[in-house]
Amino acid sequence: MEHIIYILQQVVNGLQLGAVYALIALGYTMVYGVLRLINFAHGDVFMLGAFVAYFLISKFSMPIYLVFILTMFSCALVGYLIEKIAYKPLRDAPKISLLITAVGVSLFLEYFLSLNAIFTPNYIAFPRPFDVKAYDFTFLSITNVQVIIFIITFISLFILYLLIYKTKYGIAMRAVSHDKETASLMGVGIDGIISFTFIVGASLAGVGGILYGIAYPQINVFMGIMPGIKSFIAAVLGGIGVIHGAVAGGLIIGICEVFVSAFLSSTFRDGVIFIILFAVLLFRPRGLFGKRIEKV
Amino acid sequence: MRFFRESKQFIIVMFILYVVLKILFISGMASPYIQQIIQYAIIIALASLGLNIIYGFTGQFSLGHAAFYGIGAYTSAYITKMFGIDNIFSYIPVLMLCGIISGLIGFLIGIPILKLKDDFLAIATLGFGTLVRVFFDNSDKITDVLGGSRGFVGIPKITNLDLVLVVFAFIVIITRYMIKSRFGLFWRCIKEDELAATSIGINTANMKLMAFTYGCMLAGCGGAFYANLYSFLHPSNFDILRSIDFLIIVIIGGMGNITGTIYASIIWVGFIEGLRIVLPSEIMDLRWVVIPVLLICIMMWRPYGIMVKKPR
Repeated sequence: MEHIIYILQQVVNGLQLGAVYALIALGYTMVYGVLRLINFAHGDVFMLGAFVAYFLISKFSMPIYLVFILTMFSCALVGYLIEKIAYKPLRDAPKISLLITAVGVSLFLEYFLSLNAIFTPNYIAFPRPFDVKAYDFTFLSITNVQVIIFIITFISLFILYLLIYKTKYGIAMRAVSHDKETASLMGVGIDGIISFTFIVGASLAGVGGILYGIAYPQINVFMGIMPGIKSFIAAVLGGIGVIHGAVAGGLIIGICEVFVSAFLSSTFRDGVIFIILFAVLLFRPRGLFGKRIEKV
Repeated sequence: MRFFRESKQFIIVMFILYVVLKILFISGMASPYIQQIIQYAIIIALASLGLNIIYGFTGQFSLGHAAFYGIGAYTSAYITKMFGIDNIFSYIPVLMLCGIISGLIGFLIGIPILKLKDDFLAIATLGFGTLVRVFFDNSDKITDVLGGSRGFVGIPKITNLDLVLVVFAFIVIITRYMIKSRFGLFWRCIKEDELAATSIGINTANMKLMAFTYGCMLAGCGGAFYANLYSFLHPSNFDILRSIDFLIIVIIGGMGNITGTIYASIIWVGFIEGLRIVLPSEIMDLRWVVIPVLLICIMMWRPYGIMVKKPR
């Protein structure tokens, strides 16, 4: 019985991490849908979200809802600028050039922000806007941090659902990701939709950044690399380009990572995630929920 | 032996370079630090040549090249330390073994992942690179000698200018011959258009695998030299950033351009290490801010590399 409780507890912890991964993975999967690009800089937008939140909370001591709105806004702005400055001139370039540019943007953001004049490369303690309280039930204990993460993730996903399935922009975005040329012939402004996708993805990453900062209160300029890559793996696992797949993939990856840390050793968690990636790419390259796409 | 005669010019250039460097080294005009950097530049050129085969000639994008470089380095370090090898003649078989082991691992990992294309290949090789990094970080659990995240210490210093330059010249000649041969032609065909290459009867899977294995072998040789040059290895020397280093060298030198890669490696190492002597550390931090911007600019204006104007 104790084992089962322990496992359940780890599942809850995994869902906490997985919720953050899901929020980041959505940005990857949407951008891949419209642009067929692995946006390596997405992990750094996530990092930026955590840093913006850090400054808003510690320097201006803003209320938490304002922190969320301003962080989302600034991340969206950064996402929009990245797309306009770095990716748009390369729209017709070979795929690899675009990928290298994405790597370049990612490195630029990391090392520019790690300058001593800006954020410094050191770890910074993230100020939690509230104290941690654990609610003990008979089986498990859930902290208020976890509750907040689940609620905010749920709200974000609900808003995203409305945005994608109920608005004109969402329909246009799905059309572009389905077939760019035809969508453009039907009168969809491709450039606008691509910018829109980047803005939505970046603001979700910003929310993810705040939640990550609250859950694991130590932030660093390079913290976006591994969560970024893992979220991309989550997006591949769920089927790249599929919105609900990204959420499912994120939760699965989060649970796997926590399980590996809990039952094996925390040094192996990155390795196991990449073994999952290999397995997915080799045996089911379209992912769990994906349509058949050409990548093999 | 025909191709050795054909590359007479290259051998003469390398010989002159060797004499000049030897004079510099013996006369003491180059400090030990400079000597190390010169050898390091040649090693980096060797490993970058491997990536140029994989990416520049065959068009298979790899973000895990440093992993093979690291495999070569750890293999060489382990063997030379365990068997107490300290002279050049018994080192040469070790070097070959390191190349073969790296190549073999590249071959095995290449069978599944070379089926993937472009960005999925990139993420898969990146994944392999991270796996190898995790392995190095935990290597002290296998044998304590490997050092794990503390780093591998006490590797005998064997690499010297003579050996590095001779092996490098030999490998460049072989590579040039490979590129001129049937296989090189196949590789370039695959880069231009894989589908068309299949349609004219090229076994693309085998040819890609061959290029990947050969490239990894060169990386392994470079890594072996590296281990016995600096006598200290740390897993962080073989992470994603190092792979990106190689990538930048190949891009600056031009994809599918051997001479360009050599120049670019020398410029790159000179730039990184040279600036370390001249500039204070505050400005040094700016280096990695400038390099990505440079990379993005190259991708916008010269997507095939600085020294190659447009694809043939």
